[in-house]
Amino acid sequence: MTARETLPILGFLIGAVLVSLFVTSNVVLNFLVFTLILAIAAQGWNLLGGYGGQYSFGHAAFFGMGAYVSAILQQRFGVNAYPAVAFGIAAAAVLGYAIGAMVFRAGLRGSYFALVTLAFAEVLRILANATEITGGAAGLLISLNLGAGNLQFADRSSFLILGAVLLALAMLITLALEKSRLGAQLVAVRENESAAAALGVDILAVKLRAISLSAALTGAAGALYAQYFLYIDSNIAFGTWISVEALLAPIIGGAGTVFGPLIGALILQGLSEGTKLLIGKIPGLDLIIFGVLLILVVRFPLHRIPGLLAARWRGKGAP
Amino acid sequence: MGYPPEILLEAVANGLLMGAVYGLVALGLTLVYGVLHIINFAHGALLTLAMYAAYVAHGAFGLDPYAAMVPLAGLFFVLGYLVQRLVIGPASRGDDSNMLLVTLGLSIIIENAMLAIFRSDTMTLRLPYAMSMVEMGDVLLSLPRLIGFGVTLLVALLLFVLMTRTDTGRAIRAVAKERTGAALVGIDVAHIYAVTFGIGTACLAIAACLLLPSFYVSPRVGNAFVLVAFTIVVLGGMGSVTGALLGGLFIGVVESLSGLYFGDSLGQIGIFLIFILVLLLRPTGLFGARA
Repeated sequence: MTARETLPILGFLIGAVLVSLFVTSNVVLNFLVFTLILAIAAQGWNLLGGYGGQYSFGHAAFFGMGAYVSAILQQRFGVNAYPAVAFGIAAAAVLGYAIGAMVFRAGLRGSYFALVTLAFAEVLRILANATEITGGAAGLLISLNLGAGNLQFADRSSFLILGAVLLALAMLITLALEKSRLGAQLVAVRENESAAAALGVDILAVKLRAISLSAALTGAAGALYAQYFLYIDSNIAFGTWISVEALLAPIIGGAGTVFGPLIGALILQGLSEGTKLLIGKIPGLDLIIFGVLLILVVRFPLHRIPGLLAARWRGKGAP
Repeated sequence: MGYPPEILLEAVANGLLMGAVYGLVALGLTLVYGVLHIINFAHGALLTLAMYAAYVAHGAFGLDPYAAMVPLAGLFFVLGYLVQRLVIGPASRGDDSNMLLVTLGLSIIIENAMLAIFRSDTMTLRLPYAMSMVEMGDVLLSLPRLIGFGVTLLVALLLFVLMTRTDTGRAIRAVAKERTGAALVGIDVAHIYAVTFGIGTACLAIAACLLLPSFYVSPRVGNAFVLVAFTIVVLGGMGSVTGALLGGLFIGVVESLSGLYFGDSLGQIGIFLIFILVLLLRPTGLFGARA
């Protein structure tokens, strides 16, 4: 990872700081914070799905784990927000490792992997909906306790900077992975698992590292979500919506690229808000457009252009 | 265990009846998997669409769901044919993960189109016979479910005849076994794929008509069935028709009994856990042998 390669990420951070200084509209800030949360969750999916070719349909499991563990520690055990968020992220990573250890050891891949991850997310959703410590169906409120020491901010622009810093970190991790031995092995697994195994790549170890890292990033997005909205319930934290959006964003923005998830999240959220402004609030309309977009993107893979351009700008050796 | 034998027997019997309709839903899924080798994520959404179609047929034309069964099956065969021929086939270009994404996209579109048109309210048909019971010995059985059981067996029989006695059936089996070879002897593979997808969708239309008298409709109702159907398909062995029917009956009984012992909301977990365990321990299914 050279200095030149990190320039676009630095540029993104500077841009986010400028936006937080000059934009005052709460609607716009809210839009941007939510987009950043999605982009972080999507970056997690991208590590495993984009680079590793393992398409998870259940990243809600990790998002919800990060959100619930962090919220429960703060609310039920009075833990400070910073260690609580850290534990949330760690719990998501451990869950990722545990699911991976079961699923990858059993040799599940492709459609089977997609299905089994979906089932894990659903089991967690039903459990969170039925147990006491999670607040059950009523959900869990984090008490308002403003202050940087509690990771709660009254103004949305502070959250914008927080989200941007986290996403920049996620992008740096992704970039570092891309340049590392693990990244190369992961891409080898995506392109041809048998060939990678024949060349001596430890397939199981590579996949396990990828899913743990991936779950940690998506878990961080979940913890940030809980910190921003101060409320979660089982359908938010473990709901299929986040599994679907974490997958759509990288695929639309460019799977297996550092900037793909952010670009995809911006496109998705832009479309969603745009249709609401233009046509009015018809439930489900924005998602219909997402669905059409997904099929079109698979049919005509022109969407890779922005990601490829970003890769080219970053330097030689664009994929 | 806590319950008198009559109640247990009744739960098992009603579970078997419900399981038959699950089996019918799973039949379409497993057929599509067996021939096209795709996991059709849009299966649940297509079931939702069929249930709304039957609902509208009743509301707009006064058609009883049982009377709407044959015309809707025909309509959905054509729909399934066209969806495979015009959308899934061209967009996925034979790639496994592309098919996953395209069918996921389809399910998002269908589900939210229903949400935009009908809103999120759950709707039920109020039919005079919806609550009718039939007494068999000591056991009370729901009439709509009993009809569902009978029709499912009939459909399975028809499918068996179609697959073994007709040229189309032989072509479908040929494509399932060896696509390239089938193409070489002059079978139009794209056409057979679309026909198979159409049959799978037609099964859903019939299942929808069987469910509607006793079940609610909502834009997300298909989701309740789709993981159940996937569980059945995995349990019965991907691509195995008999496996789908037996798996359906088994899951129906499991659901009925776990609902009795754990209540409705936690009862669902049983099915997901079976699903995960079967995938982890025996991904070829209990009845299936294919890899």
